Amino acid sequence: MNKNYFEIKRAGINTTFQDQGRSNLYHIGIPFSGAMDNRNFQISNKLVGNETNSPVIEFAYQGPMLKYFGDSIKCAIAGDVKFIIRKNDNDIEGSCYQSFTLENGDEIDIITTNKSVYGYLAISGEFNLKYQWSSCSINTKANIGSNNGKRIEDTQKIYISKINKNLNDKKLNYINTKIEKIRVIKGTNFNYFSDEGKNIFFDKEFVVSKLSDRMGMRLDGPKIENIVDTNIKSEGLIKGVIQVPADGNPIIMLSDHGTIGGYPKIGVVISADYDKLVQLTPGSKIKFQEVELSSAETLFKLYDLETQNLISQI
Amino acid sequence: MIKNISNLGDAALYCDFGAEVNKEVNNKVIRYFKSIQKENIDGINNLTPSYNKLIISFDLRKKNFQTIKKLIENLNVINDDKLKNNKIKIPVCCDEKFSLDIERLEEKLKISRDKIYEKFFNKEFFCYMTGFIAGMPFLGDLETELRAKRLETPRVKVPKGSVGLTEQFANVYTFESPGGWNIIGNTPSVIFDSSKENNPNLINPGDTVTFEQITKDQYNNYNE
Repeated sequence: MNKNYFEIKRAGINTTFQDQGRSNLYHIGIPFSGAMDNRNFQISNKLVGNETNSPVIEFAYQGPMLKYFGDSIKCAIAGDVKFIIRKNDNDIEGSCYQSFTLENGDEIDIITTNKSVYGYLAISGEFNLKYQWSSCSINTKANIGSNNGKRIEDTQKIYISKINKNLNDKKLNYINTKIEKIRVIKGTNFNYFSDEGKNIFFDKEFVVSKLSDRMGMRLDGPKIENIVDTNIKSEGLIKGVIQVPADGNPIIMLSDHGTIGGYPKIGVVISADYDKLVQLTPGSKIKFQEVELSSAETLFKLYDLETQNLISQI
Repeated sequence: MIKNISNLGDAALYCDFGAEVNKEVNNKVIRYFKSIQKENIDGINNLTPSYNKLIISFDLRKKNFQTIKKLIENLNVINDDKLKNNKIKIPVCCDEKFSLDIERLEEKLKISRDKIYEKFFNKEFFCYMTGFIAGMPFLGDLETELRAKRLETPRVKVPKGSVGLTEQFANVYTFESPGGWNIIGNTPSVIFDSSKENNPNLINPGDTVTFEQITKDQYNNYNE
C-alpha cells in the first residue's frame, strides 16, 4: 500500500513534522508547537497546491537528505535554503519558492538554511502521519505527535499516503528579510527591573546565544538588574514572552516552551515579529524597541495581510 | 472577582486574582477557567490557570484585547458546588536510588528523613495547576517545617516519575526534564498519558492528592 516513500539518508540537525500546531492545551502543560515560521510554512504548502495548514517537514540549519521511491511527485522548499536535487547522479541546484518534480530514485539534499534557522519541505499530497489533538506537530519534549513524538532519524522511512497529480508548477518571487529590531510590549513585571536595567533592555545590543532551540531563545549581552525579586509565583507563559532569570540574561519563549514559569517577564515580542524572530541565527545582534498595544495590533494586521497577499500570488 | 485585567503582549489577557496563594483564590481562578472553557468562545485558543492568575490567549486574526476583555468582564461564572474534583492516591518509593535530595533536605530543614516522610505521607494535597511540562501537577501546601528553596544549581536531567518539594509545594516530574526541586522519591504511576486525548492528566486542578509509601519490590512489580 505504502509504495510511495522517502528514505532518510541523513536526518539533519532538528528535522520534524509540523503543521499549525495544537491549541487549548496550555492548562495541561502542552504548548502550541507547530511550524516556527508560520509564513514560510504556509507558502511551502501553497506552492504544491495544498491547504496552507497541511503537515510539512521542518528542518533547522543542516536539513535532511532524502531519497524518493514511488510515482512522480511535486515538492517545494520555502525559506532561505541551499539544496540540491539529485537525478541519476546529476546534481541540480535547487531554488526555493519554486515547485519541482521528483521521480523514483531522485534525492533531495538540504545542505543549509544559510543565514536563517528554519526551512520547510512540502509535498503535493499527504504524509502518512498520526495526529494527536488534531495536529501531527512533533513535540519532542512530551513525545507528542507524529513519529512517536521524536525527531526524524537516519535510515527511517517516511510514507506518503496520497499524491495529488496533474499539478502545474508554481513559483513565488520572495526574499526573506532579516530583522535587527525586535518590537516588544512591556511585560507584566517590567517594574521589577532597575531604571538602569530598563534602559539596558531598550538601548543595548543583545546577541542570540547558541543555546536556542524550538523551546526558547537565550540572549547574551549586558545583564538586566532586578530590584524586586528574581522569582515570581509560577504562572502561565505564552510564545514571545521574555523572561529574565536571576543571572540577568533574557530568554524568549518559543513555540515548544514550558507552559508555566517563575521568572519575571520584562516584555513580550509582538505577534508581527515572531516569524522573523525565530529565524535569527546564533550570533545575530538584536535590539528591542517598545511599541504600544494598539500599534502592535495594527502591525500584525499589516503583516498578516502581506502573508495572505504572498499566498494569493502563488 | 478578578482584581485586575491587563494585556500580556498583543494576543493574551493577564487576569490577576490577587497576590495571595491559597485554595480560595485558586478556586476562583479555576471557576473562571472552567466557565470560559464551557462558553467555547470563538477566537480564544488557550487558557492557563495558575495559583492566582489566569492567562487567556486568543487568535489576533479573530479577536483583540478589548473584545476579549469585555467578554470576560461580562462572563457568567459558574458556582463552586458545580466543580467536580477527584481524590487520587499516588504510590511513591523512597529507596535511596530515588530520593536524590533527602540528605540535603535533612541538612536544610534540620529534621530527620523519617520526620520528613511522616509529614509528607500524612498530608492531603490540593492541585493548584498543571503544566511546565505536560501533566506536571503543582500541589500544596507543605507544612512550614518542610519548606526548602530550590537547588542552587538545577539538575540538567531530573528522572521521570521523580517527586519533588520546593517552598510550599510538591510536584511530580511527568517526563525527564531539567529542574531544581528537591527530589525525595519516585512514582511508578503514569501521571500523563498522551494516548488518552480526552483526559491525559491523572491529576487536574482542584483535585485532592495523597501519597502512599511503597517498597522497592512493590515499585518494581507495579501494575496500574
